[in-house]
Amino acid sequence: MAERYSSFQSGGRMWLLQRVTAAFLLVVLAFHFFLLHFVHHADEVSFLASSGRMEQLSYYSLMVLFLVTATFHGVNGVYNALVNQGLTGTKRTVIKWTLVAASVVLLFQGIRTANAWAGGFPLL
Amino acid sequence: MSQSYNRGLIEDFSRWREFEAGMWAWIFHKFTGWVLIGYLFTHIAVLSTAIPAAGASEAAMMAGNDVYTQTIVSLEGLLLVRLLEVGLLAVAVFHMLNGTRLLLVDLGVGLDAQDKSFYASLLLTGAITVASVPTFIAGAF
Repeated sequence: MAERYSSFQSGGRMWLLQRVTAAFLLVVLAFHFFLLHFVHHADEVSFLASSGRMEQLSYYSLMVLFLVTATFHGVNGVYNALVNQGLTGTKRTVIKWTLVAASVVLLFQGIRTANAWAGGFPLL
Repeated sequence: MSQSYNRGLIEDFSRWREFEAGMWAWIFHKFTGWVLIGYLFTHIAVLSTAIPAAGASEAAMMAGNDVYTQTIVSLEGLLLVRLLEVGLLAVAVFHMLNGTRLLLVDLGVGLDAQDKSFYASLLLTGAITVASVPTFIAGAF
């Protein structure tokens, strides 16, 4: 049996969150690819079509949750990979808060974009 | 008494000939993870063209003359972008399949078949990617 390698310390809260978001992302990423490449095709994209989907509260909520979980999973993964690479001390703190800031910017811009499609927060 | 071994830095890639399946799975998972988070930032940047597009007139939107539609249609018209999308699919599918394998390992499922399940992830990634090429390339020519 091969040895198991991981960038994460087993058992912690972030370890659990990384796995919970992974399970969620498995389903939603597959849905995202399927809907936007196989049901609708890449060369058929239009603002009105994207807007029509995003005006539905269920789709909007799913996509915002998708953005939040993907951002956490990705950025937490990068942070753990760097820590595993030997990142310590001040550099570790600087990288950590840089990644937090990048995540906030990404979430802010992503939600602004979703709201542009939905014409604001969809109420129905 | 337990004995510990100094294996050196795990990511000493000069030792790549010594790597076993589990190490390759770990490296591929990490590489695909870096690509996916990089893509997420790029994806949101491109989709952000929807913000100025929301201010376009209804006639412009109906005609597809808003900046969002024009940006996406222009990008999707490039064969290179279509090929990169196939690459993105391959990267995402591997990360998902190998991630499923890791979740199962964490749950104690399939501990004795970790090598086999890694090879299965690779094969399935290849099969899904190849099968998806016609859909991803459609309309590019």
